[in-house]
Amino acid sequence: MKISNLVLTALAATLMAGTAMADTAVKLGVLNDRSGIYADLAGEGSVIAAQMAVEDFKAAEKGITVEIISADHQNKPDVASTIARQWYDQEGVDVILDVPTSSAALAVNDVTREKNKVFINSGAASSDLTGSKCSPNTVHWTYDTWALANGTGSAMVQTGGKKWFFLTADYAFGHALERDTTAVVEAAGGEVVGSVRHPFPGTDFSSFLLQAQSSGAEVIGLANAGGDTINSIKQAAEFGITQGGQALAGLLVFLTDVHALGLQTAQGLVLTESFYWDLNDQTREWSKRFAEKGDGDMPTMVQAGVYAGVLHYLKAVEATGGKDPTAIMAKMKEMPTDDPLFGKGSVRVDGRKIHDMYLFKVKAPDQSKGAWDYYELVSTIPADKAFRPLADGGCELAK
Amino acid sequence: MAVETGSPAIAEPVSHAANGMARHHLYIFAALLAFGLVAPFVLYPVFLMKVMCFALFACAFNLLLGYGGLLSFGHAAFFGSASYVSAHAAKVWGLTPELAVLTGTIAGALLGLAIGALAIRRQGIYFAMVTLAFAQMVFFFSLQAPFTGGEDGIQAVPRGSLLGLVDLSPDRTLYYFVLAVVFLGLLLIYRIIHSPFGQVLKAIRENEPRAVSLGYRVNRYKLAVFVMSATLAGLAGATKAIVFQLASLTDVYWTMSGEVVLMTLLGGMGTVFGPLVGAAVIVTMQNYLATFGAWVTIIQGCIFVLGVLLFREGIVGVLSKWVKKPL
Repeated sequence: MKISNLVLTALAATLMAGTAMADTAVKLGVLNDRSGIYADLAGEGSVIAAQMAVEDFKAAEKGITVEIISADHQNKPDVASTIARQWYDQEGVDVILDVPTSSAALAVNDVTREKNKVFINSGAASSDLTGSKCSPNTVHWTYDTWALANGTGSAMVQTGGKKWFFLTADYAFGHALERDTTAVVEAAGGEVVGSVRHPFPGTDFSSFLLQAQSSGAEVIGLANAGGDTINSIKQAAEFGITQGGQALAGLLVFLTDVHALGLQTAQGLVLTESFYWDLNDQTREWSKRFAEKGDGDMPTMVQAGVYAGVLHYLKAVEATGGKDPTAIMAKMKEMPTDDPLFGKGSVRVDGRKIHDMYLFKVKAPDQSKGAWDYYELVSTIPADKAFRPLADGGCELAK
Repeated sequence: MAVETGSPAIAEPVSHAANGMARHHLYIFAALLAFGLVAPFVLYPVFLMKVMCFALFACAFNLLLGYGGLLSFGHAAFFGSASYVSAHAAKVWGLTPELAVLTGTIAGALLGLAIGALAIRRQGIYFAMVTLAFAQMVFFFSLQAPFTGGEDGIQAVPRGSLLGLVDLSPDRTLYYFVLAVVFLGLLLIYRIIHSPFGQVLKAIRENEPRAVSLGYRVNRYKLAVFVMSATLAGLAGATKAIVFQLASLTDVYWTMSGEVVLMTLLGGMGTVFGPLVGAAVIVTMQNYLATFGAWVTIIQGCIFVLGVLLFREGIVGVLSKWVKKPL
């Protein structure tokens, strides 16, 4: 008994000595794809974005020591869940950031909830993160499938693209995206004249594109992602689909995808994003710094979301004076968000971050004034209309 | 009946060697068990559980390849489908973990019976291709079937409580459950290898026509070992689903079939402990080199090439040559 008492006293003394130093040390883990198809839109760029947030926040001056580590989840949910578990159990990570690929994000969502830590997702698309699988420990920052379907779907119908044809990747994500977009299109007064499902992952889209071309649709909705989207856009260009008067609507296309495709191929594509480097002075200034720190690539909305998420988290750490996850999450939801990239916004009770979304059209090569000048702003979707209404998500926290 | 009368005759000359072996194998098993009991206090339990699941998977595969001489390139099908069934049983049907693992294992066995019955009709590369083809069918089934959750997999599987009594959610408690399952699995494999049945298998591996001429119904033996291997691979997969609370497409993808071949070859095909070592090496590499991102697969490739060039018998195979005892 005596010995254990002694040990306890010693332990308590050490703990008190620890807190007496007043510094809060937080450890951020950037978990994303660093080698596969999403390495460009997240990858090392997200780590740079997180570092920039720490610098811009002047964390060191405010007595907050921040350490950032990163790992590659290879877009696999099992790898993501293993790393997340290990980070929380062993490495003392407080927050996991980014996590593109919905399946991996949902896995981290579960582990984070179980371990009561904080998960600020930027890269994943699934709206389930703030819907049926919502968690009190998760903030979904940048975008989701509902916002993309809503942005691209309703805007295209309003600009005259009433008849839709879907090219859908034949798995759960593709089906969900097609379903959500169909609902939006029909609600806006459009109609879906047909759809075709291609195997996932696919390489030859010619027969599907020919069906789409002959369907009489005004808009061809690409309910797929990554390599499938790139391949279908490339092959659509070979068939002259956009030149023939049909519009391509990419439901999940990132700036880096357009960069990889080139304007000649991607021109005329309509897409929804929540951030573009050339939006205003603040985004231009930040993006310029970002490009200098990295290898010259402009940031994607995913990387911008990591920056803004870290900034908001650090503000919450400063405000609560500690890093207790429950207090931090409450603070993050209570405090309005304000950052140079997404402007003013808020984090909703279900974890959904609310801000404006933008509908862009990819420029033709002769309209582009230089490197990375790819998008033309078509319209702004105001924050209150950009995301799924709280009541529709089926999140238990919203009740 | 030919089987019954034939097997003792074959087993007789080998059993001396088997008795001689048993002593140092006993020591190794005891050492492994002792290490297994203490390890979670030193190392990270979740990592250890992953190593154990893959070790069992590799040993099950080795039973087929190393002792049956059958190279299956579709073992992920059994591993993965068992993990799906186990996850589904624990999450949707609300079964206790031991029943969920059992259900998954049975699923692996049934699938093994169905695929095995067709695959053993061919030999060599054709056998490998047939198993790969079936595994791909299982993969597409897993991708499309409504209960598997597509590319999301089955997530948030509850760890539950053992027999409804012992809560398995703390890592260390679960660890000992997994240790027990895997250790029993390994002992079972050891028993199979050193039984008369195992001796017949080796005879078939070495010279199939001669085994036929001795009156063995070779196809029955092959099917039996295929089903056993599938069952044990299923046991590993079902346990993994409970450990990681997740069953995903990774487990049924063909790369998983390749990985288990790699583990077995690197550790030492046809040795008792080789696959254990191989699995530990590969999982450790994947775990601790994860920060190198894309380099992991390159490093893994280099190590494999080195392994093939320098010690073709695998790590344990080479060790066993040194100590002049079968390990």
